[in-house]
Amino acid sequence: MIEIIDLTKQYGKFTALDCLNLTIDKGTVFGFVGQNGAGKSTTFSILATLLSPSSGTAYINGFNIRSEPKAVRSQIGYMPDFFGVYDQLKTVEYLDFYGASYGISQSERNKLIPQLLELVNLTDKQDSYVDILSRGMKQRLCLARSLIHDPEVLILDEPASGLDPRARVEMREILKELKNMGKTILISSHILPELAEMCDTIGIIDQGRLVAQGSVSEIQQRLKGEKLIVVKLQHGLDEAVRFFEDQPMVSGLVKREDGHSLQFIYSGDAEDQVQLLKMALLQNLAIVSFSEIETNLEDVFMEITKGVELT
Amino acid sequence: MRNLLLNPVLNKEFKLRFRSFKSFLGLGLYLLALSVLMVGFIFLESQGSPMGRFRPEQSRTMFILMSFIQMGLILFITPGLTAGVISGEREKQTLNILLTTNQSSASIIFGKLISSVSFLLLMIFASMPIYSIVFLYGGISPGQVLVVLGYYIFTILVFGSIGIFFSTLVRKTIIAMITTYGVTLFLTAGTAFLFAVSMSVSQMGNSSNNPFALFFVMLNPVMILFSFLEPDAFSELSNQLGLGSEFPLWAANMVTYVLIMVLLIFISVKKLRPNMKVKSRR
Repeated sequence: MIEIIDLTKQYGKFTALDCLNLTIDKGTVFGFVGQNGAGKSTTFSILATLLSPSSGTAYINGFNIRSEPKAVRSQIGYMPDFFGVYDQLKTVEYLDFYGASYGISQSERNKLIPQLLELVNLTDKQDSYVDILSRGMKQRLCLARSLIHDPEVLILDEPASGLDPRARVEMREILKELKNMGKTILISSHILPELAEMCDTIGIIDQGRLVAQGSVSEIQQRLKGEKLIVVKLQHGLDEAVRFFEDQPMVSGLVKREDGHSLQFIYSGDAEDQVQLLKMALLQNLAIVSFSEIETNLEDVFMEITKGVELT
Repeated sequence: MRNLLLNPVLNKEFKLRFRSFKSFLGLGLYLLALSVLMVGFIFLESQGSPMGRFRPEQSRTMFILMSFIQMGLILFITPGLTAGVISGEREKQTLNILLTTNQSSASIIFGKLISSVSFLLLMIFASMPIYSIVFLYGGISPGQVLVVLGYYIFTILVFGSIGIFFSTLVRKTIIAMITTYGVTLFLTAGTAFLFAVSMSVSQMGNSSNNPFALFFVMLNPVMILFSFLEPDAFSELSNQLGLGSEFPLWAANMVTYVLIMVLLIFISVKKLRPNMKVKSRR
């Protein structure tokens, strides 16, 4: 179980993480979504005891990251977003080195390493030098490395970034297997649909703040009350912009790139929408079409990270 | 000792270092250069001798020359071997992973220090048979050879700890390396220059006691090596500086260097991982 309490990290005047509060239950998969620089890696680095927080704390399986960092390290398997490998070490030696670093005996390591290589489909690469492995293989090897001491909690920072579609699918399959093994997994990505399939819960972080949290369907549901409306005009776009901007329940109005249409988020119901269209026509706006756009997960993410706080 | 031998970082570094053909090529070339130098020296000196013999005094001169060359090599190579070991891991993005393991910071620092200087130690030990040629001609006792060897190892560890210290504190390897070379230069050429300046100043003042000159000599590893190789000449110099014989300079040097080494390793161990208990600056 992971419990994050008022976790804050500041670099001078810049706040990378702003009072983050989060609880992740044992055996669940939590997806952390946010744009680059939103604070995901900062959170993960703090949880991995690689960065001290400015204030607040976190507990991993009951161990405080501030007062018991060594105990925390034995509980977690950490995979950073960018990582290097040692040249001239073979795959087996790479895992053996980290196994020894966790104090696992040689005989245990000899049993464990083939199992881990099998889990990440690298058995045939056991005698290959690590630096000649492909990006996807290195990612899988790093995942195996993070599992060598059988941690209960996995902290995986963008494990599928930079991978080709096939490697992404392979990585996803491995993570599903780990989920079935009962591991608590905290995983980050800046691509929401990538996480939706395997996560029990997701949290959306923006500018260091957790702006939404819940299951994928819950988060989509929260936006259900809002619609994305696109209005196409024959002429008079600026006039239309002025009109819609002044209307209640309209937000996030922008002109579209085609130069003839605009879009906005509308929080009114169907009746309100009819009234809005009537009023627009009464203003003699040359409306060619007035339509509601279906939102997908990407739209949800884009809308949420615009600054609309939903929690 | 058992912990040190079981140190995973040390084992891994040994594997990486000694697996490379370049390492053995470098070692081979070094031994070849040293052999050519010694044989050449013996040849030239015996050619100049009326009987064509290589006398014990010449053997002694050769040993002293070789010892200074080796010391120069140690002072030149040690910063290069050590100043990038932590910052290099940071740059290669392997340090973060290492720091999330159960290995203690002390184990990582010691493993890195010993493994990084091990190649240099191997070079020194491998050159011992070549050094032993002096025993054929006399002029040097085995005890003196052992003292010089011991001081080499000591110097390697001290300057290695300086490299490790800057490598831990400074994020960029190139800056860590420049800083380490700067400190090494100060402790060798810098202290020699300051010694010369303080001697000139004391001669102008007709003072027989010069604590500053003494201090700078004490810090200089080359001068201390000189005191081991030429004790008579060095004691004459010590008398000129007004140094009593109660506490020898080499002992003062070793005590100071041990304190510096312990302090630098302690700080490196403390700074390797963030202090999670302390609230970082807001």
